[in-house]
Amino acid sequence: MLDSTSPLQALEGHLASPPLPVELKELVYEAGSKRVINGIDLTIDTRRISAIMGPNGAGKSVLLRLMHGLIAPTRGEILWAGRRVDRLMARRQAMVFQRPILLRRSVAANISHALGLRGIERGERAIRVGEALRLAGLQRHASTPARVLSGGEQQRLCLARALSLEPDVLFLDEPTSSLDPASTLAIERLLLDAQRRGIKVILVTHDVGQAQRLAHDVIFLHRGCVIEHQDSESFFTNPRSEGAQAFLSGGLVL
Amino acid sequence: MTDFIDAFRRAVGLIGTLDPTLVEILGLSLKVSFSAVVIASLLGFAIGGALAVYRFPGRSAVSAVLSALMGLPPVVAGLTVYLLLSNVGPLGVLQLLYTPTAMIIAQVVLVTPIIGALTRQSCQDLLEEYDEQLRSLGASSSDIVVTLLWDGRYRLITAVLAGFGRAIAEVGAVMIVGGNIDHVTRTMTTAIALETSKGNIALALALGIVLLGLAFAVNAALIGVQRLANRFAYA
Repeated sequence: MLDSTSPLQALEGHLASPPLPVELKELVYEAGSKRVINGIDLTIDTRRISAIMGPNGAGKSVLLRLMHGLIAPTRGEILWAGRRVDRLMARRQAMVFQRPILLRRSVAANISHALGLRGIERGERAIRVGEALRLAGLQRHASTPARVLSGGEQQRLCLARALSLEPDVLFLDEPTSSLDPASTLAIERLLLDAQRRGIKVILVTHDVGQAQRLAHDVIFLHRGCVIEHQDSESFFTNPRSEGAQAFLSGGLVL
Repeated sequence: MTDFIDAFRRAVGLIGTLDPTLVEILGLSLKVSFSAVVIASLLGFAIGGALAVYRFPGRSAVSAVLSALMGLPPVVAGLTVYLLLSNVGPLGVLQLLYTPTAMIIAQVVLVTPIIGALTRQSCQDLLEEYDEQLRSLGASSSDIVVTLLWDGRYRLITAVLAGFGRAIAEVGAVMIVGGNIDHVTRTMTTAIALETSKGNIALALALGIVLLGLAFAVNAALIGVQRLANRFAYA
Protein backbone atom coordinates (compact mmCIF):
# COMPACT_ATOMS: atom_id res chain seq x y z
CA MET A 1 0.00 0.00 0.00
CA LEU A 2 0.93 3.63 0.02
CA ASP A 3 3.34 5.26 2.40
CA SER A 4 1.58 7.27 5.04
CA THR A 5 4.07 10.12 4.60
CA SER A 6 3.68 12.25 1.53
CA PRO A 7 4.89 10.14 -1.36
CA LEU A 8 5.40 13.25 -3.39
CA GLN A 9 8.22 14.72 -1.37
CA ALA A 10 10.74 13.97 -4.05
CA LEU A 11 8.73 15.96 -6.54
CA GLU A 12 7.80 18.85 -4.33
CA GLY A 13 10.34 21.08 -6.00
CA HIS A 14 8.25 21.27 -9.14
CA LEU A 15 5.02 23.00 -8.29
CA ALA A 16 2.68 22.91 -11.21
CA SER A 17 1.30 26.13 -12.64
CA PRO A 18 -1.93 25.24 -14.37
CA PRO A 19 -2.98 27.56 -17.24
CA LEU A 20 -6.13 28.89 -15.61
CA PRO A 21 -8.85 29.89 -16.01
CA VAL A 22 -10.18 27.44 -18.53
CA GLU A 23 -13.02 28.95 -20.49
CA LEU A 24 -15.49 27.03 -22.62
CA LYS A 25 -17.35 29.25 -25.02
CA GLU A 26 -20.56 28.20 -26.77
CA LEU A 27 -19.15 24.73 -27.03
CA VAL A 28 -21.02 22.31 -29.31
CA TYR A 29 -20.09 18.79 -30.24
CA GLU A 30 -22.09 16.68 -32.64
CA ALA A 31 -21.53 12.99 -33.28
CA GLY A 32 -23.37 12.27 -36.51
CA SER A 33 -26.76 13.89 -36.09
CA LYS A 34 -26.67 13.66 -32.31
CA ARG A 35 -25.74 16.75 -30.36
CA VAL A 36 -23.72 15.44 -27.45
CA ILE A 37 -22.56 18.80 -26.13
CA ASN A 38 -25.22 21.42 -26.55
CA GLY A 39 -23.78 24.89 -26.18
CA ILE A 40 -21.73 24.94 -23.02
CA ASP A 41 -20.41 28.15 -21.50
CA LEU A 42 -18.27 27.45 -18.50
CA THR A 43 -15.35 28.95 -16.64
CA ILE A 44 -13.25 26.96 -14.18
CA ASP A 45 -10.91 29.10 -12.18
CA THR A 46 -9.84 27.10 -9.16
CA ARG A 47 -6.62 25.21 -8.67
CA ARG A 48 -8.46 22.68 -6.58
CA ILE A 49 -10.25 19.56 -7.79
CA SER A 50 -13.27 20.03 -10.04
CA ALA A 51 -15.78 17.21 -10.49
CA ILE A 52 -18.00 16.73 -13.51
CA MET A 53 -21.15 14.84 -12.60
CA GLY A 54 -24.37 13.87 -14.27
CA PRO A 55 -26.42 10.93 -15.47
CA ASN A 56 -25.25 8.53 -18.14
CA GLY A 57 -25.13 10.02 -21.60
CA ALA A 58 -25.01 13.58 -20.28
CA GLY A 59 -21.80 14.15 -22.22
CA LYS A 60 -19.32 14.03 -19.33
CA SER A 61 -16.69 11.90 -21.04
CA VAL A 62 -17.03 13.85 -24.27
CA LEU A 63 -16.60 17.13 -22.41
CA LEU A 64 -13.40 15.82 -20.84
CA ARG A 65 -12.07 14.69 -24.25
CA LEU A 66 -12.89 18.09 -25.75
CA MET A 67 -11.01 19.86 -22.97
CA HIS A 68 -8.04 17.54 -23.43
CA GLY A 69 -8.07 18.07 -27.19
CA LEU A 70 -8.63 14.41 -28.06
CA ILE A 71 -11.63 15.45 -30.12
CA ALA A 72 -12.35 18.78 -31.77
CA PRO A 73 -15.53 20.73 -31.04
CA THR A 74 -18.07 21.14 -33.82
CA ARG A 75 -18.45 24.79 -32.77
CA GLY A 76 -17.19 27.04 -30.04
CA GLU A 77 -13.81 27.08 -28.38
CA ILE A 78 -11.88 26.15 -25.29
CA LEU A 79 -9.28 28.53 -23.92
CA TRP A 80 -6.69 27.77 -21.27
CA ALA A 81 -5.51 31.06 -19.84
CA GLY A 82 -6.66 32.55 -23.11
CA ARG A 83 -4.94 29.96 -25.34
CA ARG A 84 -6.39 27.19 -27.46
CA VAL A 85 -5.16 23.66 -26.91
CA ASP A 86 -2.17 23.29 -29.23
CA ARG A 87 0.64 20.78 -29.14
CA LEU A 88 2.45 22.67 -26.45
CA MET A 89 -0.63 22.99 -24.27
CA ALA A 90 -1.41 19.30 -24.76
CA ARG A 91 1.99 18.43 -23.36
CA ARG A 92 1.03 20.12 -20.11
CA GLN A 93 -1.97 17.84 -19.74
CA ALA A 94 -2.44 14.16 -18.97
CA MET A 95 -5.43 11.90 -18.78
CA VAL A 96 -6.46 8.70 -17.02
CA PHE A 97 -9.20 6.71 -18.70
CA GLN A 98 -12.04 4.76 -17.18
CA ARG A 99 -10.56 1.42 -18.19
CA PRO A 100 -6.81 1.21 -17.62
CA ILE A 101 -5.02 1.28 -20.98
CA LEU A 102 -1.63 -0.36 -20.51
CA LEU A 103 0.97 -1.44 -23.01
CA ARG A 104 2.02 -5.06 -23.30
CA ARG A 105 5.22 -4.33 -21.43
CA SER A 106 6.49 -4.29 -17.88
CA VAL A 107 5.16 -1.86 -15.31
CA ALA A 108 8.32 0.25 -15.46
CA ALA A 109 8.39 0.18 -19.27
CA ASN A 110 4.86 1.57 -19.39
CA ILE A 111 5.95 4.70 -17.55
CA SER A 112 9.24 4.92 -19.39
CA HIS A 113 7.45 4.72 -22.74
CA ALA A 114 5.18 7.63 -21.84
CA LEU A 115 8.16 9.71 -20.72
CA GLY A 116 9.94 8.87 -23.97
CA LEU A 117 6.99 10.14 -25.99
CA ARG A 118 7.22 13.43 -24.13
CA GLY A 119 10.89 13.68 -25.07
CA ILE A 120 12.31 13.12 -21.57
CA GLU A 121 15.93 11.98 -21.72
CA ARG A 122 16.95 8.50 -20.65
CA GLY A 123 18.67 9.41 -17.41
CA GLU A 124 15.80 11.58 -16.26
CA ARG A 125 13.36 8.86 -17.32
CA ALA A 126 14.89 6.30 -14.98
CA ILE A 127 14.64 8.71 -12.05
CA ARG A 128 11.03 9.57 -12.78
CA VAL A 129 10.06 5.93 -13.28
CA GLY A 130 11.46 5.15 -9.83
CA GLU A 131 9.58 8.05 -8.26
CA ALA A 132 6.34 7.16 -9.98
CA LEU A 133 6.53 3.53 -8.88
CA ARG A 134 7.18 4.55 -5.31
CA LEU A 135 4.30 7.00 -5.46
CA ALA A 136 1.93 4.29 -6.60
CA GLY A 137 3.37 1.66 -4.27
CA LEU A 138 4.33 -0.50 -7.22
CA GLN A 139 8.11 -0.80 -6.71
CA ARG A 140 7.85 -4.54 -6.18
CA HIS A 141 6.16 -4.87 -9.55
CA ALA A 142 8.60 -2.81 -11.63
CA SER A 143 9.42 -5.69 -13.96
CA THR A 144 6.04 -7.42 -13.78
CA PRO A 145 4.08 -7.47 -17.05
CA ALA A 146 1.65 -4.59 -16.56
CA ARG A 147 -1.37 -6.51 -17.72
CA VAL A 148 -1.13 -9.20 -15.07
CA LEU A 149 -1.60 -6.61 -12.29
CA SER A 150 -4.95 -6.48 -10.52
CA GLY A 151 -7.51 -3.93 -11.71
CA GLY A 152 -6.72 -1.57 -8.85
CA GLU A 153 -2.98 -1.81 -9.42
CA GLN A 154 -3.46 -1.23 -13.14
CA GLN A 155 -5.40 1.95 -12.54
CA ARG A 156 -2.83 3.10 -9.99
CA LEU A 157 -0.15 2.52 -12.60
CA CYS A 158 -2.13 4.57 -15.12
CA LEU A 159 -2.34 7.41 -12.62
CA ALA A 160 1.36 7.08 -11.72
CA ARG A 161 2.20 7.19 -15.43
CA ALA A 162 0.11 10.34 -15.90
CA LEU A 163 1.71 11.99 -12.84
CA SER A 164 5.22 11.07 -13.97
CA LEU A 165 4.70 13.43 -16.90
CA GLU A 166 4.42 16.23 -14.32
CA PRO A 167 1.33 17.69 -15.95
CA ASP A 168 -0.23 21.03 -15.00
CA VAL A 169 -3.69 19.64 -15.70
CA LEU A 170 -4.87 16.09 -15.04
CA PHE A 171 -8.11 14.68 -16.43
CA LEU A 172 -9.71 11.53 -15.08
CA ASP A 173 -12.72 9.77 -16.55
CA GLU A 174 -14.41 7.77 -13.78
CA PRO A 175 -11.07 6.33 -12.70
CA THR A 176 -12.45 4.27 -9.81
CA SER A 177 -15.78 3.13 -11.21
CA SER A 178 -14.80 -0.54 -11.23
CA LEU A 179 -12.41 -0.57 -8.26
CA ASP A 180 -12.80 -1.86 -4.71
CA PRO A 181 -12.76 0.61 -1.78
CA ALA A 182 -9.07 0.11 -0.94
CA SER A 183 -7.97 0.78 -4.51
CA THR A 184 -10.33 3.74 -4.69
CA LEU A 185 -8.82 5.17 -1.53
CA ALA A 186 -5.30 4.78 -2.94
CA ILE A 187 -6.31 6.66 -6.10
CA GLU A 188 -8.03 9.41 -4.11
CA ARG A 189 -4.95 9.93 -1.94
CA LEU A 190 -2.81 10.31 -5.03
CA LEU A 191 -5.26 12.85 -6.41
CA LEU A 192 -5.27 14.92 -3.24
CA ASP A 193 -1.46 14.84 -3.26
CA ALA A 194 -1.45 15.93 -6.88
CA GLN A 195 -3.73 18.82 -6.02
CA ARG A 196 -1.45 19.88 -3.18
CA ARG A 197 1.36 19.97 -5.68
CA GLY A 198 -0.60 22.48 -7.72
CA ILE A 199 -1.91 20.18 -10.42
CA LYS A 200 -5.36 21.12 -11.65
CA VAL A 201 -7.47 17.96 -11.45
CA ILE A 202 -10.68 17.64 -13.45
CA LEU A 203 -12.54 14.46 -12.68
CA VAL A 204 -15.64 12.81 -14.10
CA THR A 205 -17.29 10.75 -11.41
CA HIS A 206 -20.54 8.99 -10.73
CA ASP A 207 -19.72 8.53 -7.11
CA VAL A 208 -21.34 11.20 -4.93
CA GLY A 209 -19.18 10.23 -1.96
CA GLN A 210 -16.03 10.59 -4.02
CA ALA A 211 -17.05 14.02 -5.27
CA GLN A 212 -17.75 15.09 -1.69
CA ARG A 213 -14.38 13.80 -0.53
CA LEU A 214 -12.37 15.35 -3.34
CA ALA A 215 -14.06 18.14 -5.19
CA HIS A 216 -13.95 21.83 -4.56
CA ASP A 217 -16.55 22.55 -7.21
CA VAL A 218 -19.07 20.45 -9.10
CA ILE A 219 -20.15 20.87 -12.69
CA PHE A 220 -23.47 19.12 -13.20
CA LEU A 221 -24.19 18.07 -16.76
CA HIS A 222 -27.52 17.04 -18.18
CA ARG A 223 -28.26 16.31 -21.84
CA GLY A 224 -25.14 18.06 -23.03
CA CYS A 225 -25.72 21.23 -21.02
CA VAL A 226 -24.21 22.50 -17.78
CA ILE A 227 -27.25 22.96 -15.59
CA GLU A 228 -25.37 23.71 -12.40
CA HIS A 229 -21.86 24.78 -11.42
CA GLN A 230 -21.12 25.70 -7.84
CA ASP A 231 -18.80 24.87 -5.00
CA SER A 232 -19.31 21.35 -3.82
CA GLU A 233 -20.50 22.18 -0.34
CA SER A 234 -23.49 24.13 -1.54
CA PHE A 235 -24.02 21.72 -4.43
CA PHE A 236 -24.43 18.77 -2.12
CA THR A 237 -26.39 20.52 0.61
CA ASN A 238 -28.51 22.73 -1.55
CA PRO A 239 -28.62 21.77 -5.21
CA ARG A 240 -30.45 24.40 -7.22
CA SER A 241 -31.49 22.47 -10.31
CA GLU A 242 -34.17 19.82 -10.36
CA GLY A 243 -31.88 17.47 -12.24
CA ALA A 244 -29.17 17.68 -9.58
CA GLN A 245 -31.73 17.33 -6.79
CA ALA A 246 -33.08 14.15 -8.37
CA PHE A 247 -29.57 12.86 -9.04
CA LEU A 248 -28.47 13.41 -5.46
CA SER A 249 -31.60 11.97 -3.91
CA GLY A 250 -30.95 8.82 -5.88
CA GLY A 251 -33.84 9.35 -8.24
CA LEU A 252 -33.63 8.51 -11.90
CA VAL A 253 -32.61 11.46 -14.01
CA LEU A 254 -33.78 11.04 -17.58
CA MET B 1 6.18 -52.53 -50.77
CA THR B 2 9.67 -53.92 -50.17
CA ASP B 3 10.92 -51.28 -52.58
CA PHE B 4 9.32 -48.64 -50.45
CA ILE B 5 10.68 -50.05 -47.22
CA ASP B 6 14.10 -50.23 -48.80
CA ALA B 7 13.84 -46.64 -50.02
CA PHE B 8 12.74 -45.52 -46.61
CA ARG B 9 15.65 -47.32 -44.98
CA ARG B 10 18.08 -45.67 -47.38
CA ALA B 11 16.42 -42.29 -46.79
CA VAL B 12 16.96 -42.59 -43.07
CA GLY B 13 20.54 -43.61 -43.82
CA LEU B 14 21.05 -40.46 -45.90
CA ILE B 15 19.82 -38.32 -43.04
CA GLY B 16 21.77 -40.29 -40.44
CA THR B 17 25.06 -40.04 -42.32
CA LEU B 18 24.46 -36.38 -43.18
CA ASP B 19 24.76 -37.13 -46.87
CA PRO B 20 26.64 -34.22 -48.52
CA THR B 21 24.09 -33.83 -51.34
CA LEU B 22 21.25 -33.68 -48.86
CA VAL B 23 23.10 -31.24 -46.61
CA GLU B 24 23.96 -29.00 -49.55
CA ILE B 25 20.34 -28.87 -50.70
CA LEU B 26 19.07 -28.28 -47.17
CA GLY B 27 21.64 -25.51 -46.68
CA LEU B 28 20.59 -23.68 -49.82
CA SER B 29 16.91 -24.02 -48.96
CA LEU B 30 17.43 -22.57 -45.51
CA LYS B 31 19.64 -19.78 -46.82
CA VAL B 32 17.14 -18.74 -49.49
CA SER B 33 14.04 -18.93 -47.31
CA PHE B 34 15.72 -17.38 -44.29
CA SER B 35 17.03 -14.42 -46.33
CA ALA B 36 13.64 -13.99 -47.98
CA VAL B 37 11.82 -13.99 -44.65
CA VAL B 38 14.21 -11.46 -43.11
CA ILE B 39 13.67 -9.06 -46.02
CA ALA B 40 9.92 -9.75 -46.17
CA SER B 41 9.65 -9.13 -42.42
CA LEU B 42 11.25 -5.71 -42.66
CA LEU B 43 9.02 -4.80 -45.60
CA GLY B 44 5.93 -6.38 -44.04
CA PHE B 45 6.34 -4.65 -40.68
CA ALA B 46 6.77 -1.27 -42.35
CA ILE B 47 3.88 -1.74 -44.77
CA GLY B 48 1.54 -3.30 -42.20
CA GLY B 49 2.30 -0.70 -39.53
CA ALA B 50 1.89 2.19 -41.95
CA LEU B 51 -1.40 0.83 -43.31
CA ALA B 52 -2.80 0.56 -39.78
CA VAL B 53 -1.83 4.06 -38.66
CA TYR B 54 -1.55 6.50 -41.57
CA ARG B 55 -4.68 7.77 -43.31
CA PHE B 56 -4.32 8.27 -47.06
CA PRO B 57 -6.54 7.90 -50.12
CA GLY B 58 -6.72 4.32 -51.35
CA ARG B 59 -5.68 2.93 -47.98
CA SER B 60 -8.43 0.36 -47.74
CA ALA B 61 -7.85 -0.71 -51.34
CA VAL B 62 -4.17 -1.30 -50.61
CA SER B 63 -5.11 -3.30 -47.50
CA ALA B 64 -7.55 -5.41 -49.50
CA VAL B 65 -4.96 -6.13 -52.20
CA LEU B 66 -2.39 -7.03 -49.57
CA SER B 67 -4.78 -9.47 -47.93
CA ALA B 68 -5.70 -10.99 -51.27
CA LEU B 69 -2.02 -11.47 -52.11
CA MET B 70 -1.65 -13.66 -49.03
CA GLY B 71 -3.07 -16.40 -51.21
CA LEU B 72 -0.81 -15.62 -54.17
CA PRO B 73 0.00 -18.93 -55.92
CA PRO B 74 3.76 -19.51 -55.79
CA VAL B 75 3.92 -20.20 -59.52
CA VAL B 76 2.39 -16.80 -60.20
CA ALA B 77 4.93 -15.13 -57.90
CA GLY B 78 7.63 -17.07 -59.75
CA LEU B 79 6.28 -16.11 -63.14
CA THR B 80 6.09 -12.43 -62.18
CA VAL B 81 9.67 -12.36 -60.95
CA TYR B 82 10.74 -14.40 -63.98
CA LEU B 83 9.28 -11.78 -66.31
CA LEU B 84 11.02 -9.01 -64.40
CA LEU B 85 14.39 -10.72 -64.38
CA SER B 86 14.41 -12.35 -67.81
CA ASN B 87 16.75 -10.94 -70.41
CA VAL B 88 13.97 -8.93 -72.04
CA GLY B 89 12.50 -7.85 -68.72
CA PRO B 90 13.05 -4.48 -67.02
CA LEU B 91 15.62 -5.96 -64.62
CA GLY B 92 17.22 -8.28 -67.18
CA VAL B 93 20.51 -6.39 -67.14
CA LEU B 94 21.11 -7.59 -63.60
CA GLN B 95 21.49 -11.15 -64.91
CA LEU B 96 19.88 -12.61 -61.81
CA LEU B 97 17.71 -15.30 -63.35
CA TYR B 98 18.63 -18.84 -62.19
CA THR B 99 20.57 -17.59 -59.19
CA PRO B 100 19.77 -17.95 -55.48
CA THR B 101 19.19 -14.17 -55.45
CA ALA B 102 16.33 -14.59 -57.91
CA MET B 103 14.85 -17.25 -55.66
CA ILE B 104 15.08 -14.95 -52.66
CA ILE B 105 13.34 -12.19 -54.60
CA ALA B 106 10.54 -14.56 -55.63
CA GLN B 107 10.01 -15.72 -52.07
CA VAL B 108 10.05 -12.12 -50.81
CA VAL B 109 7.20 -11.42 -53.26
CA LEU B 110 5.40 -14.46 -51.91
CA VAL B 111 5.91 -13.86 -48.19
CA THR B 112 5.74 -10.05 -47.84
CA PRO B 113 1.95 -9.96 -48.27
CA ILE B 114 1.54 -12.61 -45.58
CA ILE B 115 3.66 -10.80 -43.03
CA GLY B 116 2.34 -7.39 -44.13
CA ALA B 117 -1.33 -8.32 -43.84
CA LEU B 118 -0.90 -10.06 -40.49
CA THR B 119 1.11 -7.09 -39.20
CA ARG B 120 -1.59 -4.67 -40.31
CA GLN B 121 -4.24 -6.72 -38.53
CA SER B 122 -2.21 -6.90 -35.33
CA CYS B 123 -1.48 -3.16 -35.36
CA GLN B 124 -5.08 -2.30 -36.13
CA ASP B 125 -6.39 -4.38 -33.21
CA LEU B 126 -3.92 -2.77 -30.83
CA LEU B 127 -4.60 0.72 -32.14
CA GLU B 128 -8.29 0.36 -31.34
CA GLU B 129 -7.33 -0.18 -27.74
CA TYR B 130 -4.41 2.27 -27.48
CA ASP B 131 -5.48 5.15 -29.73
CA GLU B 132 -6.78 7.62 -27.16
CA GLN B 133 -4.07 6.85 -24.63
CA LEU B 134 -1.29 7.29 -27.17
CA ARG B 135 -2.75 10.52 -28.49
CA SER B 136 -3.19 11.75 -24.94
CA LEU B 137 0.50 11.10 -24.40
CA GLY B 138 1.29 13.15 -27.51
CA ALA B 139 2.54 10.33 -29.74
CA SER B 140 3.24 11.15 -33.38
CA SER B 141 2.14 8.74 -36.11
CA SER B 142 5.60 7.23 -36.36
CA ASP B 143 5.72 6.85 -32.54
CA ILE B 144 2.42 5.01 -32.77
CA VAL B 145 3.68 2.64 -35.49
CA VAL B 146 6.77 1.77 -33.44
CA THR B 147 4.69 1.25 -30.29
CA LEU B 148 2.18 -0.99 -32.04
CA LEU B 149 4.88 -3.10 -33.70
CA TRP B 150 6.65 -3.69 -30.40
CA ASP B 151 3.46 -4.40 -28.48
CA GLY B 152 2.36 -6.81 -31.18
CA ARG B 153 5.71 -8.60 -31.10
CA TYR B 154 4.31 -12.01 -30.27
CA ARG B 155 1.80 -11.84 -33.07
CA LEU B 156 4.51 -10.60 -35.42
CA ILE B 157 6.74 -13.53 -34.53
CA THR B 158 3.82 -15.77 -35.39
CA ALA B 159 3.46 -13.98 -38.71
CA VAL B 160 7.17 -14.41 -39.45
CA LEU B 161 7.01 -18.11 -38.66
CA ALA B 162 3.96 -18.50 -40.89
CA GLY B 163 5.89 -16.73 -43.65
CA PHE B 164 8.87 -19.00 -43.15
CA GLY B 165 6.66 -22.08 -43.28
CA ARG B 166 5.22 -20.87 -46.55
CA ALA B 167 8.62 -20.05 -48.07
CA ILE B 168 10.43 -23.24 -47.12
CA ALA B 169 7.60 -25.44 -48.41
CA GLU B 170 6.79 -23.76 -51.73
CA VAL B 171 8.07 -25.22 -54.97
CA GLY B 172 6.56 -23.19 -57.81
CA ALA B 173 8.38 -19.88 -57.35
CA VAL B 174 11.88 -21.22 -56.78
CA MET B 175 11.45 -23.73 -59.60
CA ILE B 176 10.59 -21.06 -62.16
CA VAL B 177 13.20 -18.43 -61.26
CA GLY B 178 15.86 -20.82 -59.93
CA GLY B 179 15.66 -23.52 -62.53
CA ASN B 180 16.59 -26.34 -60.12
CA ILE B 181 20.25 -26.33 -61.22
CA ASP B 182 22.38 -28.92 -59.41
CA HIS B 183 24.72 -27.36 -56.81
CA VAL B 184 23.39 -23.87 -57.62
CA THR B 185 19.66 -23.48 -57.20
CA ARG B 186 18.43 -26.87 -56.08
CA THR B 187 16.27 -26.62 -52.98
CA MET B 188 14.50 -29.30 -51.00
CA THR B 189 11.18 -28.89 -52.75
CA THR B 190 12.56 -28.73 -56.30
CA ALA B 191 14.87 -31.65 -55.57
CA ILE B 192 11.97 -33.74 -54.25
CA ALA B 193 10.01 -33.04 -57.45
CA LEU B 194 13.00 -33.94 -59.63
CA GLU B 195 14.25 -37.00 -57.74
CA THR B 196 10.75 -38.44 -57.52
CA SER B 197 10.30 -38.16 -61.27
CA LYS B 198 13.74 -39.70 -61.77
CA GLY B 199 12.82 -42.63 -59.52
CA ASN B 200 15.39 -41.72 -56.84
CA ILE B 201 12.84 -42.19 -54.13
CA ALA B 202 15.39 -42.47 -51.30
CA LEU B 203 16.74 -38.92 -51.65
CA ALA B 204 13.25 -37.54 -52.26
CA LEU B 205 11.99 -39.25 -49.13
CA ALA B 206 14.95 -38.11 -47.07
CA LEU B 207 14.32 -34.50 -48.12
CA GLY B 208 10.62 -34.96 -47.47
CA ILE B 209 11.30 -36.16 -43.94
CA VAL B 210 13.57 -33.19 -43.25
CA LEU B 211 10.98 -30.81 -44.66
CA LEU B 212 8.28 -32.34 -42.53
CA GLY B 213 10.55 -32.03 -39.51
CA LEU B 214 11.02 -28.33 -40.26
CA ALA B 215 7.27 -27.88 -40.54
CA PHE B 216 6.81 -29.51 -37.14
CA ALA B 217 9.54 -27.35 -35.65
CA VAL B 218 7.91 -24.18 -36.98
CA ASN B 219 4.59 -25.28 -35.59
CA ALA B 220 6.07 -26.09 -32.20
CA ALA B 221 7.68 -22.65 -32.16
CA LEU B 222 4.29 -21.08 -32.95
CA ILE B 223 2.67 -22.83 -30.02
CA GLY B 224 5.57 -21.87 -27.75
CA VAL B 225 5.27 -18.20 -28.69
CA GLN B 226 1.54 -18.29 -28.08
CA ARG B 227 1.98 -19.80 -24.62
CA LEU B 228 4.59 -17.24 -23.69
CA ALA B 229 2.36 -14.40 -24.84
CA ASN B 230 -0.58 -15.74 -22.84
CA ARG B 231 1.49 -16.11 -19.72
CA PHE B 232 2.39 -12.44 -19.77
CA ALA B 233 -1.14 -11.44 -20.80
CA TYR B 234 0.41 -9.99 -23.93
CA ALA B 235 -1.78 -11.79 -26.45
